[in-house]
Amino acid sequence: MAKLDQSNSRWQRFLDNDIVYSFFTTPGAIIAASITFIAITAAFAAPLIAPYNPFDPAQISLWDGKLPPAWSDGGSSAYLLGTDNQGRDMLSTILYGGRISILVGIAAVFLGMLLGVTLGVISGYFGGFTDTVIMRIADVQLTIPGILVAILINGIGRAALPLELREEFAIYVVIVAIGLTDWPQFARVARGATLVEAEKEYVQAAKLIGLPKITIILRHILPNTLRPVLVIATIGLALAIIAEATLSFLGQGIPPTTPSLGTLIRVGNEFLFSGLWWITLFPAIALIILVFSVNLLGDWMRDALNPKLR
Amino acid sequence: MTNLLEINNLSVDFPSRRGQVSAVKKVSIGVAKGEVLGLVGESGAGKSTVGNSVINLLEPPGHISGGEIIFDGMRIDQLSNEEMRKIRGAKIGTIFQDPQTSLNPLMTIGKQLSETLIETLRISGASAREKSIELLESVGIPYPETRLDAYPHQFSGGMRQRVVIALALAGDPDLIIADEPTTALDVSIQKQILDLIKSLCKQRNLGVIIVTHDIGVIAEIADRVAVMYNGQLVEQGKVTQVLQKPKHDYTKSLISAVPSGDQKLNRFTVVDYIDGSEEKVSMKNVGDHWLSKNKTSKTHDIAVLVKNLSIEFSIKKALFRKNRIFLKAVDDVSIEIMTGESFGLVGESGSGKSTLARLIAGLYKPKSGDIQIFGHNVLQKSEKTKTSLIRRKMQMIFQDPYSSLNSRMTVEDIVSEPIRFHRSTGNAIETATVVRDLISFVGMPSTSLKKYPHEFSGGQRQRISIARALASRPEILICDEPTSALDVSVQANILNLLKDLQEELNLTMLFISHDLPVIRQMCDRVAVMQNGRICEIAETDKLFDHPKHEYSKHLLGLMPRMDLFRL
Amino acid sequence: MMAPLLLEGSMFYFILNRLAQALLVMAVVSAISFSLFNFVGDPVNNMVGQDATREQRIEIRQQLGLDDPILVQYQRFMLNVAQGDFGLSYRIKQPVSQLILERLPATLELVFASAVIAVLIGIVLGVYTGIRRYSWVSKIIMSVSLIGVSLPTFIIGIGLIYLFAVHLRWLPSSGRAGVIELGGWKTSLLTIDGWRSIILPAVTLSLFQLTMILRLVRAEMLEVMRSDYIKFARARGLANRAIHFGHALRNTLVPVITIIGLNIGGLIAYSVITETVFQWPGTGLMFIQAVDFVDVPIMAAYLIFVALLFVVINLIVDILYFVVDPRIRRGGS
Repeated sequence: MAKLDQSNSRWQRFLDNDIVYSFFTTPGAIIAASITFIAITAAFAAPLIAPYNPFDPAQISLWDGKLPPAWSDGGSSAYLLGTDNQGRDMLSTILYGGRISILVGIAAVFLGMLLGVTLGVISGYFGGFTDTVIMRIADVQLTIPGILVAILINGIGRAALPLELREEFAIYVVIVAIGLTDWPQFARVARGATLVEAEKEYVQAAKLIGLPKITIILRHILPNTLRPVLVIATIGLALAIIAEATLSFLGQGIPPTTPSLGTLIRVGNEFLFSGLWWITLFPAIALIILVFSVNLLGDWMRDALNPKLR
Repeated sequence: MTNLLEINNLSVDFPSRRGQVSAVKKVSIGVAKGEVLGLVGESGAGKSTVGNSVINLLEPPGHISGGEIIFDGMRIDQLSNEEMRKIRGAKIGTIFQDPQTSLNPLMTIGKQLSETLIETLRISGASAREKSIELLESVGIPYPETRLDAYPHQFSGGMRQRVVIALALAGDPDLIIADEPTTALDVSIQKQILDLIKSLCKQRNLGVIIVTHDIGVIAEIADRVAVMYNGQLVEQGKVTQVLQKPKHDYTKSLISAVPSGDQKLNRFTVVDYIDGSEEKVSMKNVGDHWLSKNKTSKTHDIAVLVKNLSIEFSIKKALFRKNRIFLKAVDDVSIEIMTGESFGLVGESGSGKSTLARLIAGLYKPKSGDIQIFGHNVLQKSEKTKTSLIRRKMQMIFQDPYSSLNSRMTVEDIVSEPIRFHRSTGNAIETATVVRDLISFVGMPSTSLKKYPHEFSGGQRQRISIARALASRPEILICDEPTSALDVSVQANILNLLKDLQEELNLTMLFISHDLPVIRQMCDRVAVMQNGRICEIAETDKLFDHPKHEYSKHLLGLMPRMDLFRL
Repeated sequence: MMAPLLLEGSMFYFILNRLAQALLVMAVVSAISFSLFNFVGDPVNNMVGQDATREQRIEIRQQLGLDDPILVQYQRFMLNVAQGDFGLSYRIKQPVSQLILERLPATLELVFASAVIAVLIGIVLGVYTGIRRYSWVSKIIMSVSLIGVSLPTFIIGIGLIYLFAVHLRWLPSSGRAGVIELGGWKTSLLTIDGWRSIILPAVTLSLFQLTMILRLVRAEMLEVMRSDYIKFARARGLANRAIHFGHALRNTLVPVITIIGLNIGGLIAYSVITETVFQWPGTGLMFIQAVDFVDVPIMAAYLIFVALLFVVINLIVDILYFVVDPRIRRGGS
């Protein structure tokens, strides 16, 4: 009795404050949130803060190609992190590349979330045959690891496009491929949360009031399922950024004309053996820091939102 | 005589970011061999914390901040973990609340027993097996030798708690601490387990501490009782003395708040000792209020008519329907509830009483049978709109105050939702007025409206639930164990509120409970349910004084011994 | 008595249910594979090239039976697949099944080596960090593991190549060396050269799954350590050893089996990336090249082959689950 009361009422009573409190007392969470925020801002503000526009041929000179970082021998102060084989400023390409990576990641997670949460809530609330069909599809897809599904959907998408459109639409194909890969996770979590919530007595009370199903789902159930979905979305963002980078690294993703971080690493990898380490290393570090801080944020969120771990 | 266990001035603190929380403040109690000490208090009183301190298993960051614990002449509160481990099991046995979760699900009970025996008694595997059989026999498990290889899930709840008791006894301890040992069990099994603990205590000359919130349990088993309130010991003494002539105000009000099964009282005695006791409900002229308009019940004598209602749930799936196993949760039930009447439904868990309530409310669809509300057959599909109008006249108060309110909505949104949805007021201003009235009818200040459910206690939430139900202007109110999750002192307040509302609004009430005294106080007529069937329907006083059906007699026989603590 | 066999909770019902699900997966995957032929690219173009005449095209269409009704084509496809015939690769013009079989040992050995690394180290570290939750070592392991899940596999590969192959020159940077044929199975695990060449790819492939297993085992362990029966075991005076390994680990094992099953599936999937980074001549590398060239027969065959592997792994996991947990074994309470 007493135990239940403590964990339940005290937890719920101070719930919102406790999350804020936990955030400001967890250094990891603050660092992660700051880096994520800075990375996203920097990426979106790339055209404003990048020293060069790497896609403007007028600003690129092959003579400046393959310059090492500014602090190395032969480096130029004009290019802080050096230049790539085509003479593009590494710092600028990383900022622009990070923008593509984050955009693709967010769009893909959003797509997966929209699809997954919709199907999951429908599945959990209505149950029966609808539930069986949706969850069986999710199960079948979950049997096969995500990255393989993404490669496949991406491959089919590219092959289905006419050659001349492939580069132009590559980014959308990648977003759809990763989004379609993500949805079963969201569907499972949303369904689970819906099943729990739908059993709760406030939903039964809402039914007794006579509210239509759609109102019950949207006003009562959906807001109460968002917490676990948010955790999955954060961790999913990290995974989506990795997935995009992996596709691009395999040459299946974003083309080198508008490179993402993954594309930059792929291009740089060809020069690694000839000692031009900075062309690979800096985009790789940028990618790792980005993914790590998003993961750290997701990790903290999962602990902070899970009353059992406190 | 020196006590087996002596706790002197024990204090336990739980540091939190909002400062130290003192869960236990300077508590001194003792227990002798062959004696059962009851430690009683409401939730948050610190009674379980005392028990956990003795075996040094406080949940971190809780720690003993003062006082001493002396066991068998030795101070044990300062022992190291390893020294304490040798005392746990071998000297002090523990029984926890829930037998469902106390046993390792992947290990046979024989293995769990012999493992404990080998560790505490240092005996061989073969003699451990023999001793296990003995132990199981002594706690009343039939055919113990055949049950050794069974897994916990193959035992019923009561049997599992017997296994837990056998495990607690395995190390041949001198002291047993039982933390709410019967709370998770059905009434009829509760009594058996309490009897078992009591007889083991006398046979083996054990000291026993029973931690409980239930005065009935204390009356049943304890020799002496210690009453805790808010971390402090308010009173202790012999059971007869404390229950019959309580000295402290808190004990007095706690005892008087326990509903009586012997006689019908007009109102429940309210515990007024508790700080910030909820204000008295003032309902003037409710009869002229918005709430009382739009009645349909005036022309019908029978509010709810249930005819041959049945529902079944499949509990085992199989490929072919004929192989499936169904549980008849409600089996051919017929009842009539008169308009303005308070109709009780009593039974143990699993008897189908909540399912029946949900069937009547329309949350489940029956397999067969009829339900008529104010003469209208609500199961007929052809008259959907009329049905939904009638349905709205029926609202429900649920058992669990923590899940019955949407935690994402303010109290105002929760209470006003039915009004806004049904457009039952003229405009937003009127809605706001009505909501404020409703919240004050249930005894809550209007400042509550802007708050969220998690800011309220269990009792207050139950009041908000009642306000929400009233907002649909119900004429029939179904109360499904509305107070079983609440402390006795809060229970009295809520039950009085329900009584007042019923009188003022002339509500028809279906009141479901497993608690016979509560039923006696609340209801005009009662139906007794067992295994999905109705055994007996009678007027409340008749049922309590002259039960006809065997099962009714059995249930009544299990009522706590109130004679012990009536003045 | 037939009835008890078909009840939920009986082994037979359970496996039958799982088999039905497995068949469903295979049906869906084979349908997708089949539709690849029809919707991705033009098979005739792939066979004869862009400049074939109209008549040639019609003739080939008839030869391939592309004008038959779609269900007839699907039936033919399935019959061929059942016999292991996936047709000829568009690019290499060799039987696909033969190509896959040639490259299978390389992939399976890589996955096996990685699985051993990931499962062993992952479980040991997971149990340790679960028991010693507040120790410094645990905190360091957990921080490192978070970096581990944040490192894309290909970056780990590139990093290891740069460090051990380019910089230190201790190990080869790519390829599979020291291959010996042993009864039709080409193994690289019997020679020093073979071991040297598998170390880097195996470590690369295992790292991500290792951290996942570690974190999940730890989470399960913490969950179990909070349970009432562990508290009750403590209250009975059992030794820490018995509590940790007798009670906690055993209960952790049930979900961990599922996790390991999923992770072996993950290893197969990520072998595509590892094989690309290290130019490891396995099926994954072949698949990614096939995707590049829209070599549909190889894509379709790989898909079916991988799905079959996953289905088998999942089936084994389910049966293990059944063996470990008496609650499933003897029906619910």
